[in-house]
Amino acid sequence: MSKARDVLLDPLFSKNPIGLQILGICSALAVTSKLETVVAMSLAVIFVVAFSNLSISLIRRQVPDSIRIIVEITIIASLVIIVDQFLKAFAFEISKQLSVFVGLIITNCIVLGRAEAFAMKNPPGLSFIDGIGNGLGYSLVLFLVAFCRELLGAGKLFGLTLLPTVSEGGWYLPNGLMLLPPSAFFIIGLLIWVLRSWKKEQVEEEN
Amino acid sequence: MEHYLSLLVKAIFIENMALAFFLGMCTFLAVSKKVETAVGLGVAVVAVQTLTVPLNNLIYQYFLKAGALSWLGLGEVDLTFIGLICYIGVIAAVVQILEMVLDRHVPSLYNALGIFLPLITVNCAILGGSLFMVERDYNFAESVVYGFGSGTGWALAIAALAGIREKMKYADVPDGLRGLGLTFMITGLMAMAFMAFSGIQL
Repeated sequence: MSKARDVLLDPLFSKNPIGLQILGICSALAVTSKLETVVAMSLAVIFVVAFSNLSISLIRRQVPDSIRIIVEITIIASLVIIVDQFLKAFAFEISKQLSVFVGLIITNCIVLGRAEAFAMKNPPGLSFIDGIGNGLGYSLVLFLVAFCRELLGAGKLFGLTLLPTVSEGGWYLPNGLMLLPPSAFFIIGLLIWVLRSWKKEQVEEEN
Repeated sequence: MEHYLSLLVKAIFIENMALAFFLGMCTFLAVSKKVETAVGLGVAVVAVQTLTVPLNNLIYQYFLKAGALSWLGLGEVDLTFIGLICYIGVIAAVVQILEMVLDRHVPSLYNALGIFLPLITVNCAILGGSLFMVERDYNFAESVVYGFGSGTGWALAIAALAGIREKMKYADVPDGLRGLGLTFMITGLMAMAFMAFSGIQL
C-alpha cells in the first residue's frame, strides 16, 4: 500500500513533472492566465494520463517494441478526442478559450513520457495511480501559476473580484505584465527556485 | 505575392511558435544547451513542419472538412472530429519516412540529426502548426508558407536560446536557480523582447 502512496504523492513535490522532469510545459504557460481554464485543462490532463497509463499498461506485453510509439500515440489521441468532444458538448465557452491546447494534450510530453517510463514496465493498477499522481503534480503547478497571474493581473480569482481595480473605481493598480504570456515563465522559474531551495537534492550539477 | 510574404513574416516573428505560443517548449528547454545541437534540431523541425502542414491541409480539405467528401457523393459527412488522430498519424509517418529517406540518401545529415528526428513526433510545435492551419482555414499555398515560416521561427528561437545559455555557463547563479529555473527566466525575457513585434500590422 505504501508503494501506491509513494507513486501517487511523489510527482507532487519530489518528482514534479514540470519542475524536475521538464515535461508538459507548453500548456502550462499558455492556459494559465485564468483559473477557470486551468481547472478544465487539469481535469482533462488527469483523465488522459490516468487512462492512457491504464490502457498502455494492460497491453504492454502484447505490443512489439518497434511500433509501440505509434500504438501509444493512437491510444492517447483517442482519449484526447473524447475529452475534446466532451468539452465541446458540455462546456463550449471553455473549449473555445482553450482552442488548440486541448488537442495539444496528445503531444504533451507528460502523457507519452509516463507511458514510456512507467506504464510499459508496471502493472495496470499502479500505472493508473501514477497517471493520477503526475496529473495532480502538473495541476498543482498550473494552479499556482494561474493563481498569481489572475490575482495580480486582474485582481480576480475565478472571475470574482478580490482586489477592485482602479479602472473600476477601486484602489488596485493591476500589473498588466501578469496577463501577458512571459510572466508565466518568470513565475515558473521562481517556483522552481523555491522548490529547489526546499528540496536541495534537485539542484542541478555545476557544469 | 505580398499576402504570402506578410504571412511568412507573421509566422516567423509576430506569431513565433516558441516565444508567442509556447509550443514545443519541452524540447525547447531540454535540447538548448549547445548551439550546434540546437541548430540541428531546428533544421529538422523546419523540414518536418514544411512537409506536414501542407499534407494535413490536403487531408483536411479533401477528407475531413464538412462537405469535403462530396467528390465521393457523400456531401453531408463531417469528419472533423477524427482530425486529431489523422494529423498525428501523418506527423508520425512523415517523421518515419524522412528518417528512412535521409538514412538512404543523405547519411551525413541523418547522422547529424539522428537522435532528434524521432523526438519531433511529440514536439507540440508540429501538431500545433497543423491545428492552427485548420483553425484559420488556410488554403494549400498559404499552408506551405505557414509551415515553412512557423518552423523557421521555432528554429530561430531555439538557436538564440542556445547561444545565450552557452554564455550563461560563466555566470554565478544561485544554487536553486541553476539550470532549468534560470532557463525559464531567460526564455521569459526573450518572449518579452519578441512581443515588440506584436504591434506590427502587416
